[in-house]
Amino acid sequence: MKTNNIILKIENLIVKIDGKTILKNFNVEVKKSEIHFLIGPNGCGKSTLSKVLAGHPSYTVERGKVTFFNKNLFKLPTEIRVQEGLFLAFQYPLEIPGINTLDFLKIAYDEQLKYFKKPPIDPFLFVNKIKKLLGELNLHEDFLNRELNVGFSGGEKKLLELIQVLLLKPKFLIFDEVDSGLDIDGIQRLFSIISKLKNTKTSILIITHNPKIIEYLKPNKIHIMIDGSICKTGGIELVQLVEKLGFNFFKKF
Amino acid sequence: MSNRNQIELNKFLTTPYSYGFITDIDTQKFPKGLSKKILKLISQKKKEPTNIECFRLKSYNHWRSKKFPTWMTLLFDKIDFEKINYYSIPVKSLEKINPEILKTFDRLQISLTEKNKCSSMALDAVFDSTSITTTYKDKLAKHGVIFCAISEAIKDYPNLVEKFLGSVVSNNDNFFAALNSAVFSDGSFCYIPKNIKCPLDLSTYFRINDKNAGQFERTLIIAEENSFVNYLEGCTASQHDKNQLHAAIVELIAFDHAEIRYSTVQNWYAGNEHGFGGIYNFVTKRGACLGQYSKISWTQVETGSAITWKYPSCYLIGTNSTGEFYSIALTKNYQQADTGTKMIHIGSNTKSKILSKSISSGFSTNTYRGLIKISPKAKLAYNFSQCDSFLIDSNSRVNTYPYIEMHNSSSKIEYEAKISKLTEDQLFYLQQRGFTFEKALELLINGFCKDILTKLPLEFAIEADRLLTLKLEKSIS
Repeated sequence: MKTNNIILKIENLIVKIDGKTILKNFNVEVKKSEIHFLIGPNGCGKSTLSKVLAGHPSYTVERGKVTFFNKNLFKLPTEIRVQEGLFLAFQYPLEIPGINTLDFLKIAYDEQLKYFKKPPIDPFLFVNKIKKLLGELNLHEDFLNRELNVGFSGGEKKLLELIQVLLLKPKFLIFDEVDSGLDIDGIQRLFSIISKLKNTKTSILIITHNPKIIEYLKPNKIHIMIDGSICKTGGIELVQLVEKLGFNFFKKF
Repeated sequence: MSNRNQIELNKFLTTPYSYGFITDIDTQKFPKGLSKKILKLISQKKKEPTNIECFRLKSYNHWRSKKFPTWMTLLFDKIDFEKINYYSIPVKSLEKINPEILKTFDRLQISLTEKNKCSSMALDAVFDSTSITTTYKDKLAKHGVIFCAISEAIKDYPNLVEKFLGSVVSNNDNFFAALNSAVFSDGSFCYIPKNIKCPLDLSTYFRINDKNAGQFERTLIIAEENSFVNYLEGCTASQHDKNQLHAAIVELIAFDHAEIRYSTVQNWYAGNEHGFGGIYNFVTKRGACLGQYSKISWTQVETGSAITWKYPSCYLIGTNSTGEFYSIALTKNYQQADTGTKMIHIGSNTKSKILSKSISSGFSTNTYRGLIKISPKAKLAYNFSQCDSFLIDSNSRVNTYPYIEMHNSSSKIEYEAKISKLTEDQLFYLQQRGFTFEKALELLINGFCKDILTKLPLEFAIEADRLLTLKLEKSIS
């Protein structure tokens, strides 16, 4: 065991899609139970980073290394990464017609149990478990009998992502555009959950282009990303700087 | 699709057919080819009355005068009708079922005995050209239900057979119907008397074993006034590198307030991943809703055959009668399916519903062809059709041909069609939640077919589910 508690280490990462380089020499280190914010203008590569980490097949890793709990992340297939604790909460969760939300959650949970060589959960126990989670989020049970994300509002989709987070208890959580689609109440619910997760020693990387929400949470680090790499890392003071000067100011760094 | 997912998909596409084994057995065959002499031999062999022999000979003449149909979207080499054995039966050993055949059905997990007292299904097992056995005949007879091989019905219930055989699908209907009417060998006969809800589900299992023999079965189901029957049909075939012909006829007749539910899970051998071998399946299935408030419902899950040519249809003659067609067609490799239905509204207030789902992969072609015909007298008739297609990868082809003939203005037709494709992002989302490729695909396909799978009787729903997701292959190996 390493003593420095680093769970994710990205070194000199270069990533391409369709021949275009999106991530250019990206570096970051995340320790246990830290909250990091990654902010930057639209199109700077924030979402690409999240997809590459989660294992989206469309991206090509040109160079660089990502170590996740001392394992080479790129050696792990997409579905194994989540079982090893890396969870991506999507900016736009996919609508999948014909799949019942409750069934989907049950399979996801059972697949995790299977990975840890445990038998599937009893359906009744599972329903109770889910109902409890819905209660925490103030959500109606009707949610479960709908088709996965089909016809959900932007906010409902985000809340369903949160239910999955609470269910699967990831060790490292990436929130892509965490606040998009959420109203004020939704954002507050989200933050109360994130605070709780922090107590469970989950590390979180939050991606946003809206610096305003950062002050609600007390992040350990804030990274400003411009054009495919991090140009500045700091604390909460960066937020005021960005608000005052805009992202353009940081392009010089 | 990404390389890794493509590899997983290829695994799915090349899963071997697990029913392809061949039973080595002594058979009695008539010489290849078709002639009046062969027909007479069949009639003699089966000790048929003259009216059936005449029916065969007339059908043969119709067949000779008909041309092979060419309107369908199917590509294949010309079928040489002179190279087919039209009659092939296992040699019987003193009235006992040949143990090799018992073993065959055992391996197919089909029980030919009545040992399971709780069974809710009676079975007629057809092996190549002959019916092997029919279970629970006595139990059904107590309720007046007749369930037997059609060759027995010809002998034991000649009046019923004469009255109804060919009454829905005439022996002049089409090329394959004429062929079947000439040479049909065996199949099932069901008669449900007035006011009886058939106490067991009835089923027929068709097995093609012989390399050169065609199977020409014929099924006739008659539901008298206010009766009900649930009928299930299953089929598999041995795996040969040449194609075999299967040309069947199914006729259903429903009188006042009667209901027939006919479900098929078709799993004929579909050929290998290069498109060699497999069954050519040319089938005419048709039901007549003769009585008022009668109902006929077709449900089919098509996973097999190199070629499928099949349009289970309904003649809605009685006022307020209903016809339904629910279909799932899964094609992979080089399979070609041209399937759909015809809903012919003749009586007033008749209703029909069509729900067709096609799932295509590999280099397959999957065609839906459907006719809605509303005659001038079919006042206030109503049809709803929905045809959905799901493409798993980009080499397969999907066609939809809806034909509509509307002859009165008080009727209504609604039609919906949708094509969707498996997207990399959907897969990624499910995989990011820990679903393997296989699990994700299984869930997507099941979700796509859900509203039809729920229409199947329980045993079949499980079977269909297995076929669609190919779990069975794994559980056997």
